[in-house]
Amino acid sequence: MVESKHQWKAWLYLSPCLILLLVFTVWPIINTVRMAFLEDYSGLKAAGGQVFSFGFGNFTKVIQYKKFLSCLKNTVLLCVITVPISTFLALLIAVCLNSIKALQKVLQTIFFLPYVTNSIAIGMVFAAMFNMVGSFYGTENELIVTAGIINNVIEFFGGHAINWINYGSSYAANMTVMVVYIVWNALPFKILVLLGGLQGINRQYYDAARVDGTSRRRIFSRITVPLLSPMLAYVVITGFIGGFKEYTSIVGIFGEGMGPADDAGRLNTMVGFIYDALATNSQGRASAAALILFAIILVVTLINMQVSKKKVHY
Amino acid sequence: MKDTAKKPSLATMQERDMSKEATHQKAVRILVKVFLYAFLLLMAFIVLFPFYWMINSSLKTLDEYRLSVPTFWPHQVQFSNYAEAFTAANLGRLFINTVIVGVISTILSLIITVLSAFAFARMEFKGKNVLFAALLATMMIPGELFTITNYGTVTQLGWINTYTVLIVPFLVSVFYIYLLRQNFLQIPNELYLAAKVDGTSDIKYLWRVMIPLAMPTLISITILKMMGAWNSYIWPRLVANDEAHRLITNGLRNAFTETTGDVNYPVQMAAVALVSLPLFLVFVFLRKYIMKGVSRSGIKG
Repeated sequence: MVESKHQWKAWLYLSPCLILLLVFTVWPIINTVRMAFLEDYSGLKAAGGQVFSFGFGNFTKVIQYKKFLSCLKNTVLLCVITVPISTFLALLIAVCLNSIKALQKVLQTIFFLPYVTNSIAIGMVFAAMFNMVGSFYGTENELIVTAGIINNVIEFFGGHAINWINYGSSYAANMTVMVVYIVWNALPFKILVLLGGLQGINRQYYDAARVDGTSRRRIFSRITVPLLSPMLAYVVITGFIGGFKEYTSIVGIFGEGMGPADDAGRLNTMVGFIYDALATNSQGRASAAALILFAIILVVTLINMQVSKKKVHY
Repeated sequence: MKDTAKKPSLATMQERDMSKEATHQKAVRILVKVFLYAFLLLMAFIVLFPFYWMINSSLKTLDEYRLSVPTFWPHQVQFSNYAEAFTAANLGRLFINTVIVGVISTILSLIITVLSAFAFARMEFKGKNVLFAALLATMMIPGELFTITNYGTVTQLGWINTYTVLIVPFLVSVFYIYLLRQNFLQIPNELYLAAKVDGTSDIKYLWRVMIPLAMPTLISITILKMMGAWNSYIWPRLVANDEAHRLITNGLRNAFTETTGDVNYPVQMAAVALVSLPLFLVFVFLRKYIMKGVSRSGIKG
């Protein structure tokens, strides 16, 4: 009797959550799929009473779109470059942090600091650091007033100032800045998770290895990495998922132009493409792009999980 | 006789060998330590540098900022940059908007999360496990997929440029429900049954027993939710980009559209510092709760 009385109460408690989910989660899933398969669907035209036919036109158009391919390239490049770098660096830092006693807490706090920052705000700081103040970029009359602190450092070590993000900067330079910023931004979460994992490893394994006289490198590759592999897999998977959704960090550095002044949109990503399509009322194309993004994330996650199934020791 | 004479000398030789090895090992250990600290301090320096540069730049006069040889601490400290930034970006209005949205959405979100987590953790009803699995499955879908339709929905509801549009669509977080449910499940069921026998109502039990016991998780959720309001950019920019409802991150980007070239960086950096300050305070005082919540999520803000 208590059970049956609970039934309706449970649904009552769940009702605010379920109603909101129906409106803002379940319906969007259905509707987005619907819009993706309606040829050239546009919210504005639909409101005007236009009827759209079913088809795959949105997908084929999106895929053939040059801008989309460039967005896809940027997203994949940033992912493939930043995830390994940030994971490796985070692992290195976590292992080092775990093997010291003095200053451990202080350093741990410092390394977590970038997490609680605003990616737009700190992106603006990075822009200031890489920026050059001057005029007539790329011409003979180029005039540099302030080279920016990063270029100052490069010049200090005898290099030449590089045009990182200004008018006339190269794609490689732009991407380098983005990689530095994204890695900087990604480190705290990865260090936190990996350090948590390291601290959870039973000390007995290390003691046993020490008694056997195992070398440091062997201890690292045969004990630390295997026992840490669930955390590593977790960090890599979430890193890829986050990486494919990269957008605000680029807005932080380059502004809404998504590229240097002379080539706006050069660094646009998948998410940026979706919002651009939405802004021009091309919901059909935006939906198709969102589904493609979802499919990519799903496939990459499944591959990651498949790989970790073979490699991860639980 | 001979044997006894030899033995001690052999022992001392071994001893000497071992002490030699020990000093060698000790030297290696110290070297490794030095290397470890050098690496960690270098990385810490890289992590902290942007913050230092932000504050350093924000206190300079524009002329000093433009010097071709940078100064590592302003010769002439100019605090007026902060006042200028505050008015230039209309930060007061942005702060108020963000706090209103943050506080209301946190309170409502907590209520919804607590009720749902309680139902999933303590109550029995048909299809509970299927429903919970379905909820978790939605976490895999990228938010952009929802945004496209939600943008249309809120337009039709006439919510564009209101506080409602910034609050309501994000009240339910499956991740928070999951987090709290796990926490609730750790509380022994006997307590609940005992309360039932005593005739305590569900709400009273929830309020008196479950919520106090799950306080750390609730605090984590509160902080993450507030930080979410502070850092959200894409959705607010899309649906509430008017002067009266603009949120802080969007407003900051909006006020300083130029990122490169010869812009007034000291003022821009002062604005960035002002926007970052509340986050630092939260970090300093509530770090423990953030780290606890974050290590289980993988989502940023």
